[in-house]
Amino acid sequence: MLKVALRRFLLFVLTLWLLSIIVFLASHVLPGNVGRAMLGPFADPRAVDQLNHELGTDRPLLAQYADWLGGFVQGDMGDSFAMRQPVAPFVWNALGNSLRLALLALVLVVPLGILGGVLAALFVGRPLDRVITVGGLSAAVVPEFISGIVLILIFGVWLKWLPLSAAAPADAGLLVQIKYLLLPSIPLVLVLFGYIARMTRAGMIEALDSDYMRTAMLKGLKRSTAIRRHALRNALLPTISVVATQTVYLLGGLVAIEVLFHYRGIGSLIYTAAQKKDFPMLQAAVLVVGAVFILASLAADLIYAWLNPRIRLGGGE
Amino acid sequence: MSDAPLPLVASDGGAAARERRERLRVLLRSPTFLVGAAIILFWVFCALFGEAVVPLDPYADDMMNYLMPPSAEHWFGTDQLGRDVFSRVIVGSRDILTVAPLATLISTLAGAALGLVMGYYRGWADEILSRVIDAMLALPTIVIALLALVALGTSTITVVLVIGFTFAPIIAKTVRAAVLAEREVEYVAAAELRRESGLYVMFIEILPNVAAPILVEATIRLGYAIFAVATLSFIGFGIQPPSPDWGLSISTNYGLLTGGYWWTVLFDSLAIASLVVAVNLVADAMQAALHD
Repeated sequence: MLKVALRRFLLFVLTLWLLSIIVFLASHVLPGNVGRAMLGPFADPRAVDQLNHELGTDRPLLAQYADWLGGFVQGDMGDSFAMRQPVAPFVWNALGNSLRLALLALVLVVPLGILGGVLAALFVGRPLDRVITVGGLSAAVVPEFISGIVLILIFGVWLKWLPLSAAAPADAGLLVQIKYLLLPSIPLVLVLFGYIARMTRAGMIEALDSDYMRTAMLKGLKRSTAIRRHALRNALLPTISVVATQTVYLLGGLVAIEVLFHYRGIGSLIYTAAQKKDFPMLQAAVLVVGAVFILASLAADLIYAWLNPRIRLGGGE
Repeated sequence: MSDAPLPLVASDGGAAARERRERLRVLLRSPTFLVGAAIILFWVFCALFGEAVVPLDPYADDMMNYLMPPSAEHWFGTDQLGRDVFSRVIVGSRDILTVAPLATLISTLAGAALGLVMGYYRGWADEILSRVIDAMLALPTIVIALLALVALGTSTITVVLVIGFTFAPIIAKTVRAAVLAEREVEYVAAAELRRESGLYVMFIEILPNVAAPILVEATIRLGYAIFAVATLSFIGFGIQPPSPDWGLSISTNYGLLTGGYWWTVLFDSLAIASLVVAVNLVADAMQAALHD
């Protein structure tokens, strides 16, 4: 187990480092001239040079990268170009808001997805199975802002049950906050439900067909008990990894959802930074999003390894 | 591996062709596939001939009749500038059905080439590329595309290229996995014994045998390309005005929702949803036909 954990951790550091190179290249090399990209094609060349000097983008690339990464590791993400202030507080604040929204979505979708997958597996090939798999898969490919708009129309404009904006009043309690976050979280739930249900369904079908289930039934366990105690436990293992890999879709979906619902999270921070061509803010926020995903994958890998006795008790993968 | 019997390879080809025909028959009988294909064909028709068949000019302002609810004259109502929403929804299929398939084509070509090289040669190049791809996949498509679009400037061509290259690693991963399984089959060893070049083995021998999974993966990516283009247009970094593009129309009109002008966004939303779901149904049916 320790060896597995150590290897995963090294891989985590490596991926994070490669990610930092990708983000750096995309924001420093792709534009050609950073100052020009920020100020536009009609800006005075002297102003462009001045800005490049101010940002340090007139120095050798390697030095810029080393400086940027060095600062980042120490918590200094650079200064925002648009606001002339350190980027870090904005990023952390926005990330906190986004995680709250993402957490609510996960709390809703994981039980629903598992339930859907188990039901589909128990009724495999029957209409209920088709409805869950085809419906889930179709919901997963509809862009979040589309389902968001339909939901706003139905629950916000027509029925007037839920608020149209995600930002709760400053002194709102937990329940009120959840009420405000409910509408924006449903599109994220819709996108994730299909994958989780599909993985659970596959794992469950395999488990139901296994020798240990036959043994459990033969020794006289009730079907429901056998399903709960044996099949479900095994079927849920792959679901853990799928939840982690889906966080990348979750984080991506936050951009459109936070714009649509006027929510100050990391997605809308990236959106505003992109609009203002605020490269320092943009690259910091993007790197943090990537890091959150890599961290989630690491956590899922470790939980998976810990839950799986074949890995936990040695014996490799 | 000793004297790999060449005739066997030939007869294998015949069986493969039969199997392909069988799969195609399964596919053409699948209701999922037929429904999906019919919806896609409808939108392709609108993209090609929409401008000729719509009742009103989708670009024509009519300031006397702005924000009119659906009526006999304007089936889907009119927008802020009095333009006919029905005509705009029909013609609005054109840009997304140009950009998304082009991006998918680029990503499929680049991804297939990359995946073939990684899966066939393996070794350190594959190791490094796999790690880089994993790092890239840590970023959501929209986020990495947004970063690249800010750096390069938004235009139809950059959107195509950026989405194309963002999806290429995903396709490369799928193709690599398929090639890894395929390279252990005798015909590859036979070709290597004939001293065929690496390029020949990859593109002439292996490629046709992994074409089916590549096609399925490309169809799935097409769905996500539509997803990505629509989302980028919605946040202002995709297709640019004055196009009647769906995502763009929603972006300009969703502020009106609170005022109750639902027709300015609902029909565009349903159009996007119908297109992505249709592509997904087709991809799902293809996948089922491939694995049966």
